[in-house]
Amino acid sequence: MAEVSKSRPISPHLTIYRFKPTMWMSIVHRITGGALYFGTILMAWWLVATASGEESFNTMNAVYGSIVGQIVLFGYTWALLHHMMGGIRHLVWDTIHAIEKEQSTRLAQATLVASVCLTLLVWIIGYIVR
Amino acid sequence: MSLRTPLSRVRGLGASRGGTEHFWRQRLTAVANIPLLAFFVIFVIAYNGADYETLTGALGNPIVAAIMGLVIISGLIHMRIGMQVIVEDYIHEEFAKLAILMLNTFFTLIIGALCLFAVIKLGFGG
Repeated sequence: MAEVSKSRPISPHLTIYRFKPTMWMSIVHRITGGALYFGTILMAWWLVATASGEESFNTMNAVYGSIVGQIVLFGYTWALLHHMMGGIRHLVWDTIHAIEKEQSTRLAQATLVASVCLTLLVWIIGYIVR
Repeated sequence: MSLRTPLSRVRGLGASRGGTEHFWRQRLTAVANIPLLAFFVIFVIAYNGADYETLTGALGNPIVAAIMGLVIISGLIHMRIGMQVIVEDYIHEEFAKLAILMLNTFFTLIIGALCLFAVIKLGFGG
């Protein structure tokens, strides 16, 4: 079967189109979703280390508090908020709103602006209350 | 004229036998995830840099523990469906696809077991 389908003409894929904000946001939605999938390991470690006692909690806290840890968590925050904004966009589309060309492009741009602003807001507040 | 039997039509499940269940569950958990993960993010901001006693105390609150449990369950169901779609889109070799879909379920259940046990243990006071 695989042999046969190789020689068949295939429909045009990503490489053939000029990139538009909606395309970028679609791809980024999938990538952030995949990143969040493996990011659950960070959440599991946070909970398991805390439930395992003070010593393991301190180890976890030191790793998450390190420069590398903070960069990873910053990325995790953005991935989560971006996927959330993208998800809300998809839910809006599910109600058959904002699917016209101009509207969907603006919505795609708004997704990125919102996720970056919210991530910065979260981290600024995080450092203030720390 | 439809070639579907009346029983098939009333069940509304189509040829895949799953109907729109997969689609619907992804939307259901997506909607649930908005407030649940907003709570999670706010909780983590509020307790970032907190010491052991403060954090375990906060996670020992029954309402916090219950919501954390829901964050985990809703998040993991959503995540598993999402990864299944990605695998089905890109992995076309049948054996590899089935193996990775199995791993997807195993990963979800392992993370779920770890997180839920930790949340319940903390909920009952460490």
